[in-house]
Amino acid sequence: MRKVGVVGAGMTNFIRRAQETPKELSYQATRAALDSCDLNLEDIESVAHGSAPDAFDGIHQKGEYLADGCGGWNKPTMRVFVGGATGVHALAHGWYHIASGMFDTCLVVCEEKMSSAMPHAQAFFLTIFDNITERPLQPTLLWIFAMEMNRYMNTYGYTKEDMAKVAVKNKNQGIKHPSSQFNEEVTLEDVLNSEVMAYPVNRLDVSPVSDGAVAVVLAAEHVARRVTDKPVWVEGVGWNLDTAYWATRDLYYPRYLEKASKMAYDMAGITEPAKQIDIAEPYDPFDYKALHHMEGLQLSPPGKTVELLNDGHFDQDGNLPMCPSGGLLGVGNPIAAAGTMKVAELFWQLRGEAGERQVPGKPKYGVCQAWGDLMQVSSVAVLGI
Amino acid sequence: MDHTEFVRGGTGLSGKDVEQNKIFTVDDALNCRYTWDTGVAIGRYLEELKNGKIIAKKCNKCRRIMLPPRMFCELCYCPSDDWVYVEDTGVVNTFSVCQVNWDATRVEPGQNPHLPAVIEIDGATQGMGILHLLGEVETDKIFIGMKVKAVWKPAEERTGAITDIKYFKPY
Amino acid sequence: MGLVERINKNIDNKYWDSDEVVSFPVKNRYTAGLAGQKFLEGIKEEERIYGTSCPHCQLTFVPGKLYCERCFAELSEWIDVGTRGEVYTYTVSYVEKDGTQKESPSIIAVIKIADGYLVHWLENCNPGDVEVGMEVKANFKPEGERKGSILDISGFQPA
Repeated sequence: MRKVGVVGAGMTNFIRRAQETPKELSYQATRAALDSCDLNLEDIESVAHGSAPDAFDGIHQKGEYLADGCGGWNKPTMRVFVGGATGVHALAHGWYHIASGMFDTCLVVCEEKMSSAMPHAQAFFLTIFDNITERPLQPTLLWIFAMEMNRYMNTYGYTKEDMAKVAVKNKNQGIKHPSSQFNEEVTLEDVLNSEVMAYPVNRLDVSPVSDGAVAVVLAAEHVARRVTDKPVWVEGVGWNLDTAYWATRDLYYPRYLEKASKMAYDMAGITEPAKQIDIAEPYDPFDYKALHHMEGLQLSPPGKTVELLNDGHFDQDGNLPMCPSGGLLGVGNPIAAAGTMKVAELFWQLRGEAGERQVPGKPKYGVCQAWGDLMQVSSVAVLGI
Repeated sequence: MDHTEFVRGGTGLSGKDVEQNKIFTVDDALNCRYTWDTGVAIGRYLEELKNGKIIAKKCNKCRRIMLPPRMFCELCYCPSDDWVYVEDTGVVNTFSVCQVNWDATRVEPGQNPHLPAVIEIDGATQGMGILHLLGEVETDKIFIGMKVKAVWKPAEERTGAITDIKYFKPY
Repeated sequence: MGLVERINKNIDNKYWDSDEVVSFPVKNRYTAGLAGQKFLEGIKEEERIYGTSCPHCQLTFVPGKLYCERCFAELSEWIDVGTRGEVYTYTVSYVEKDGTQKESPSIIAVIKIADGYLVHWLENCNPGDVEVGMEVKANFKPEGERKGSILDISGFQPA
């Protein structure tokens, strides 16, 4: 397998309701990514793009529709879709385009426009549940998150306050991100007093619905070294799916994430992730999920994560900064683009270009992760410089 | 080098811009209705629910008693074996008290919140849960590990659906 | 076989109807986009059709687009391409979506304008009169009826 580097990244602002069509959003992010490394469309040999449920944008062959906005006109273009995990999955997808030797450059683009979905994007999630044995109960996505959060807290004796601290940390960190949907700080009281959605989830425990797109440029080693003097290498990728019968698994531990992260760490030659990883970007659509995923990523011993959080271990200047981007809670959550936002964040962080959010020292390895479907799938990537 | 110049685009809109037709939009609905084949396993599951029973299927290789029943074991990747009746009682593995409907509207004041739960059914393999609702219980009395029993619709109202069980209540 | 075939009777629980317990009244609201907004404003306010021009590829796209898909340049030059076009291809529809016969047939055409095209109805002519290559012109609805939609043009007719 050849070595693959990330040489450029660009993204749109994440906003509640964009005027741009999905194609135009993809174009803006892709153009920015190409500009960031002074490349043009003719330098790109392939496109690996990702976008999650067609139902949000409401265009039912979304991959084909988005292709030209992602630079895919007249090029080998392929879409991936694994629900929310698409954002990092698309990186793995682009990675093997180059690692296999088939192409020397690849554009990885992820886009989501959720504001098209009326009355509310949440309504569309009704159809991810089993059509015969679950949908007649009129479930909503909030149910499975709330039930997973409940089980997780119950297993380790964590409290809602512990979880809310993650929301406060990420939302306030996200204000430093130029793309963020927010510009006001929140306090622990704000989160705990926000309206109850589905016990134990309150409104501020959840990331917002957003529109946005993110793109990164990948290149084979010999090209990467010509394009930039600081390529960020894709050291390892991993992905794993668990059974769709989600109620037959105990939800307090994401075993599919453990397998995906092992695949990525093995490829990267990382044997002690908690010591060797310098920055973590776990997927955080809900505050408890960030901690849940830190445990699945082997970055924190199950049951001890809240202790480490309280000690400042995961702060921007702590031992293992978690979500220095601000995460989905702080920046926004356009389903597929959110994962790729984390890839872009690691790209900027490892090169020392993350501005106000920069993790001090000289971070060498970062891990980003995205999650999707019915508590089922995770994709993981380890980046290094 | 500063990354902020590569964060651009995405023009925000407000609800008012759309209402006042300053920004042009088109509304459209998929308006699809589906008729799915239930398959052999779920077909039998629904039939037994109409009879007031819950049926599962066994995998002889990993010895799991699987609920809902399925024609192949997805862990062993082989055809499944005997049909096995299980109880209509179980234990709450996790639950929630939901104030929001499926379409994101809030439950009206005076109406009961939704009480979804994962219930591990007795007779199936330990940990084998199904999604269902709880009922006849005060929300602050629900706990993980609570024992519950199915409350069925009367026989003449059952149609062969998961909703033939109205909800599970503590006992 | 009709256009629509429906399984209506559930025998032995062999079928599950999606509307059985929960209907799914959702919809999508599509914005015209940055370029689409300008294009539709041209039609609504000025009775003009605008395209955007890519100087590098020497192409004028209709409807006007934000970017050139070939060279990826951002396009900012809006050009009035007139209100006439040429029938590139067409078809005639005699049947409604549910299989019943239409009162009168509708003609749908791909109308080439500059280097782009619009898909629209042909009106004020008979199916037998239509020829590929035929010149057509746009009919705009009266000002009070125009909303900023492609339907602000009621159709194209032989020029």
